[in-house]
Amino acid sequence: MDINWFTVIAQILNFLILVWLLKKFLYKPILNAVNEREKKITDELKHADIQKADAQSAQDDFKKKNHDFDAHKKALLDKAVDDVRIEKQHLMDAAKKDAKALGSKLDKAYNEQQEQNSKEVSQNIQGQVFSITRKALADIASIGLEEQSVAAFIKNLKAASKEEKQQFIDAFTPNSSTILIKSAFDLPAKQQDELTTSINEVLSSKTSLTFKTDPQLISGIELSTNGYTMGWSFSEYLNALQKTISQDIKANVTEQPKILEHVNS
Amino acid sequence: MELSPDQTIFWQNGFVTINLTLVTTWGIMLFLIISAALLTQNLKTDIHISRWQCFLEMIVTGINGQIEEVGLKNPSAYIGFIGTLFLFIGVANIGIILPGYTPPTASLSTTTALAICVLLAVPFYGIGKSGFLGYLKSYLQPTWIMLPFNIISEVSRTLALAIRLFGNIMSGGMIIAILLSIAPFIFPVVMNALGLLTGTVQAYIFSILATVYIAAAIKNSNKKEPKKVKITT
Repeated sequence: MDINWFTVIAQILNFLILVWLLKKFLYKPILNAVNEREKKITDELKHADIQKADAQSAQDDFKKKNHDFDAHKKALLDKAVDDVRIEKQHLMDAAKKDAKALGSKLDKAYNEQQEQNSKEVSQNIQGQVFSITRKALADIASIGLEEQSVAAFIKNLKAASKEEKQQFIDAFTPNSSTILIKSAFDLPAKQQDELTTSINEVLSSKTSLTFKTDPQLISGIELSTNGYTMGWSFSEYLNALQKTISQDIKANVTEQPKILEHVNS
Repeated sequence: MELSPDQTIFWQNGFVTINLTLVTTWGIMLFLIISAALLTQNLKTDIHISRWQCFLEMIVTGINGQIEEVGLKNPSAYIGFIGTLFLFIGVANIGIILPGYTPPTASLSTTTALAICVLLAVPFYGIGKSGFLGYLKSYLQPTWIMLPFNIISEVSRTLALAIRLFGNIMSGGMIIAILLSIAPFIFPVVMNALGLLTGTVQAYIFSILATVYIAAAIKNSNKKEPKKVKITT
């Protein structure tokens, strides 16, 4: 159990040599490798941080762009919807306008057609009625009836109002005018004299009359001078009736569009 | 029965003696150096490393961590000394697993040599850190009366280091030798396993105590005297 001092010294030297050699071959290389790796890891972590920051930045950019894109898309969509709405409104207005115009045109055409039809029907009916009447009256017309017509004419002439008489006097020019008496049948001399006397009484002068036969009168007599006409005949009654009926039909036809317009609105 | 490998002498010429302790020590030194040189030949600095490199790094960084935990700020300056203490004692003690092997740490000469190394390392690092006078002043802490006690403490702890390691390893060897003669089968194996544990623990204790002594020396030499504050009323 003694201490061998040579061994002690040798062991101290051995230990110091071992310290030096291990430092050179073990600790330094290992610590250097560890430090280098740590540095590398630190660098890589820094690099990763930078990349992360870049990625974050890129992500933020992307998010912003995406947001902008969405906003732009929404704006475009809204604008498109508005445009479509406006265009739809325009088209609807135009369509309504066209439809209205077409409706008006149709109404007008319908009215015209109706008017035309009414007119044609009225004219046909009128023509039929008057031709029947005319035929019937012509069938019953005779000399006796003609005499009654002259008598009725003279009676009317005498019973005429002052204004009517004055119109007849004003129309008549004594020197240059001739008075034409139209009748459906040839008037006998007696009736011609009666007529001449009555007219001269009205004119207060002696006038020669020209007598003419006109079967169109059917039955009756007509006096005309310088555009003034006065008479009593079936034809005149029929003409007056025809005029009145025509006016009534016309009034009825013009009333109808107003009713149609009211129905459309 | 030989109690120490010092007694197995291979060659002697006067004072110079080549005994089993020295030969075993050289063997361990060769083993450590060749292993270190071979294993650190192809060190990689990548993330992926070899298992051997990982093993070595674990040992070295583990020693570094222990030194730092004790309180030495710059462990790489002390790892050469403390790490070698641990590795040498550890390998020397674990070697008992080999048949016919006698650890050099079972020699009082070796443990004394290592304790002297620690004894010298303490002032070496202390002076290196805070200068010669600064280190000497640490012997006067906390007061000059403590100077002889500090010197006694220094010597006694060196002796304690030497004797503790020697006693533990030598006794382990002795127990195994005795058990081999009494019960040559199971018990020596168990005691050998226990010897492995004891040897590793002793390596740890020796190196950690050396670290503590160095750390204490550096701490004491760095300690500044408290300023005297005059209180005037």
